[in-house]
Amino acid sequence: MLDATLTPPRLPAAPGVGYKAQHFADLREAPGPVKWLEVHAENYMGDGGRPHAQLRALREDFAISVHGVGLSIGGEGRLDPDHLGRLKHLVAWLEPASFSEHLAWSTHGAEFLDDLLPLPYTDATLTRVADHIDEVQEVLGRRMLLENPSSYLAFAESTWSETDFLAELVRRTGCGLLLDVNNVFISATNLDYTPQSYLDAYPLAAVGEIHVGGHDEDEDDHGAPLLIDSHGREAAEPVWALLDHALAGTGPAPVLVEWDNDVPNWPTLRAEAERAASALASVPAG
Amino acid sequence: MLPVPWPLCPPGDAMTTTQAEFRAALLDPARAVPDGLTDPKGEPTSRRFAVYRNNVTVALIDALRTGFPVLCKLLGDQNFDQLARLFARAHPPTSPLMMHYGEALPAFLDDFEPLAHIAYLQDVARLELALRRAYHAADSTALDPARLGALAPDVLMQTRLHLSPAVQLVHSRWPIHDIWRYNTQADAPKPRGIAQPVLVTRAAFDPEPHALTLAQAAWLQAIVENAPLEKAVDAATAHDAEFDLGPLLTLLIQQNALTDISTPKD
Repeated sequence: MLDATLTPPRLPAAPGVGYKAQHFADLREAPGPVKWLEVHAENYMGDGGRPHAQLRALREDFAISVHGVGLSIGGEGRLDPDHLGRLKHLVAWLEPASFSEHLAWSTHGAEFLDDLLPLPYTDATLTRVADHIDEVQEVLGRRMLLENPSSYLAFAESTWSETDFLAELVRRTGCGLLLDVNNVFISATNLDYTPQSYLDAYPLAAVGEIHVGGHDEDEDDHGAPLLIDSHGREAAEPVWALLDHALAGTGPAPVLVEWDNDVPNWPTLRAEAERAASALASVPAG
Repeated sequence: MLPVPWPLCPPGDAMTTTQAEFRAALLDPARAVPDGLTDPKGEPTSRRFAVYRNNVTVALIDALRTGFPVLCKLLGDQNFDQLARLFARAHPPTSPLMMHYGEALPAFLDDFEPLAHIAYLQDVARLELALRRAYHAADSTALDPARLGALAPDVLMQTRLHLSPAVQLVHSRWPIHDIWRYNTQADAPKPRGIAQPVLVTRAAFDPEPHALTLAQAAWLQAIVENAPLEKAVDAATAHDAEFDLGPLLTLLIQQNALTDISTPKD
């Protein structure tokens, strides 16, 4: 269990965007409502050069959230000590306001599969994930946030609901949660439950950050809707509605607009951040 | 729709799915979807597993396209994607640092029969890897050239030069600098039929390739191996008795490629 006195400063309860290098100048000249930026940890694990220089400049004006995609917290194997070391180094020099990772796996043996892969929710996986979170928090000396995945299929062996699984991880490790409402909508559609019931069962008190983003629509072998987490367009209307629903429970929170593929020009992305700002403006202060 | 947020399966002997099984099916589309993965009604589903298959394949192909833009242009999108798909399945990344993904591509090309007739491809791939390494290399402080100027000629010849971590040397029998330039710059001349080793420097943040003569490449290789200047010049004159160090040394200084020197008394 994490020592709560090690908790670093939080992200502001304001809109943030996933940082893309093509927006570097726009962000400094016309950030609009954007108060913080999220960067993928692995993109800044080179030794130097422009990525580091841009981050050093941006941290003067924006709070930074480091979002890992390569730690494989849901992996069957142990966490990669080299990768954990690189993360510790990044967090030490950048001093971000937040570090988050995913309830997923991406590494198998020596291979990195470059996707967030799903895991069953069982007593055994719960223990393993909790151990991994403990290790991360111990190495980084700070509380981390864990993000709910977007699911395309179910595991026959799961015995826990995702919401109970996350709540139990919070209880065991003291970690916080990153609530991705786009992922909630995707998983609920794909696995045939109501997204509102997910939020009602979800431990909203542990939320340290919320994600919104875009998805694509497809269908499965039987013609059932199959939503794909593409991060390549505006967030859909039901996802904005879920954001309102979530914020009503959490109170004002940092809200990130994720747009990683077919990255738009700055005004288009800023418009999404402005929409997040209006959602936040209608939340009664905690 | 179900009122609960997860379709709990009936207790009992449900199939388990190991990550080894998941991984094997992920990178081999001929394999069946692992047991124990279902739709919300408990039915088997291939379209749903295909999302993960597709995500991984597309992510790896995209990373290779981003990392090897000139190779992609030389082969055309369709051929490149085919190559990238085969490479990705045979050589998935071995690190979450995707910025370096593709280190094994030149060797893969070496054994890749369908493209064996384009012999310079693997050297172009090596150049593109070198440009990426230079981009992400550690920052360094440039040497004050006055320190070189202050050395007596005999001391200078025994001095060792320290290169910036961004400096890369790519040996080639092919005109890879010309090929790179012809495929990245609008008004570049057509490649000539000459051997072109390439020096990559990074004066600030943008890596820049420079064509070298074989003698210059031999000199730089010796410097990379920490030889004193005299030994490096010997290596160069073995290729070209008229070798003149001046232009390359000036280029290295202008490009902030030297960081320090060790003189014999150090």
